[in-house]
Amino acid sequence: MNAHRHSYYEAGARERLHGLLDAGSFRELLGPAERMTSPHLPPLDAPVAFDDGVVVGRGRLAGRSVLAGAQEGGFNGGAVGEVHGAKLTGLLERALDERPAAVLLLVESGGVRLHEANAGLIAVSEVMRAVLAVRSAGIPVLVLDGGQFGCFGGMGIVARCCDAIVISEEGRLGLSGPEVIETTCGVEEFDSRDRALVWRTVGGKHRYLLGEADVLVADDIGAFREAAIRLLDTVPDLSLDALDAEHGRLAARLERFGTCRDALDIWSALGIGQPARLPLLDTDEFLTATADRRA
Amino acid sequence: MDARTLLEQLFPAGHDVRFDGAFFHGSGRSGTTDIAVIGTVDAAPIGVELALALAGAVLDTVRRHPGRPILLAVDTAGQRLSHRDELLGINGYMAHLAKCLTLARNRGHKVLGLVYSKAVSGGFLASSLLADACHALPGAEVMVMNLPAMARVTKIPLEKLQDLSRSSPVFAPGVANYVAMGAVESVWQGNLAEALAAALAGMPQHDRRRELGEARGGRRLARPVAARVRSDALA
Repeated sequence: MNAHRHSYYEAGARERLHGLLDAGSFRELLGPAERMTSPHLPPLDAPVAFDDGVVVGRGRLAGRSVLAGAQEGGFNGGAVGEVHGAKLTGLLERALDERPAAVLLLVESGGVRLHEANAGLIAVSEVMRAVLAVRSAGIPVLVLDGGQFGCFGGMGIVARCCDAIVISEEGRLGLSGPEVIETTCGVEEFDSRDRALVWRTVGGKHRYLLGEADVLVADDIGAFREAAIRLLDTVPDLSLDALDAEHGRLAARLERFGTCRDALDIWSALGIGQPARLPLLDTDEFLTATADRRA
Repeated sequence: MDARTLLEQLFPAGHDVRFDGAFFHGSGRSGTTDIAVIGTVDAAPIGVELALALAGAVLDTVRRHPGRPILLAVDTAGQRLSHRDELLGINGYMAHLAKCLTLARNRGHKVLGLVYSKAVSGGFLASSLLADACHALPGAEVMVMNLPAMARVTKIPLEKLQDLSRSSPVFAPGVANYVAMGAVESVWQGNLAEALAAALAGMPQHDRRRELGEARGGRRLARPVAARVRSDALA
């Protein structure tokens, strides 16, 4: 273990941004001093946050200008409401004007904020449209996922609309959270209290092996930073050829793994020996054990 | 309204839409324009297979019919809730559909959404909400979650939610709420073939839902907040 490791999982949104970007380079847009809070929470007696749970602005990464947004899991689990979503959309649209080297999204969200569910759902669709517009303009959008609340609901779709996802073992990525599935379909369908099951289904290691996430890093802000720097020269490709290829990969995944009942079955099918040991390995050991075995 | 009746009314001159389980795909003629029609029936939960089928139909349209307008007529009770869909990365399948629709848009296809029966949560998000403009039929159901379920999850008393939903469009189910917030451009009344032709003639050139939401009073902050983040000066 690296003695200088700075946990990404434990950090807040601002702390992550400051650790990720070049020292002292981050400038926030529409920051907390502006008091741009949600108008929809007070009528439901719910507390507001002065940044509505998301920090957006500009900074530098390895000397290059980037725009960055970070969701704050500490406020409503990073859930997206009208203001929160509009800040992300505005940030992405700013990229169309500024043409930064990349847009970084430090996602941490349970999805749509139910207190303003309609506004949140629409806002997520606007974020998706904006991500895809930025990529269409040739600017890469990179996702970092390693927070306590993971990345679920509409934000799980947003993340996969981007160019690349950097995830830690602690990071989680999916659509419907395990609790939602258990509540709706019963504990037989998904036991949300079975932590091992949850992590091997939606956790970073499985997402990486499946090809849903691109880079697996240790839970360290420095490791996320190094990975983001290496992805800065990603060239977005939304061509017919690229999407045909993605279509083929997704169809092949259903063909290959569609009858698997558990992540362990998928890891076995990938030709990984003793798959049950994978959750116990640290990131380096895991990457060695699974080299060339990703789907 | 069921899908077959809908298609007859949208395309009185005929269509060749084929049904395959919950999925359908084909084309219909609106005036002198051929339109690709892609959709689902029976309030289908959108799982990995259905998302892939929808995306495949979009890619097929882009490949074989360059520039042809696309009508999404998706009837969905939401994303499919299952361990298997999560295990296989359902969000990646839905994002793939979103990317395919962007490809179509970038290549000059107009993309129109029509909620003819039901549009719920993630199923709505991955389909009609990605259209250039989304319309609805008067009897359609549009929502994230019904109020009793929302009361359970948020621990807010149901009576309070019901009370507030009379004056606020922001969380309660209903087409009118989505109209007020700008996500549903209009509700089609009367002759559907004419409504379709009019909608195709008046397609927005950019994502104007924030402007509509502001003008209609249902979503007053989305536009100005996004505009400030886009344009405010930075040191």
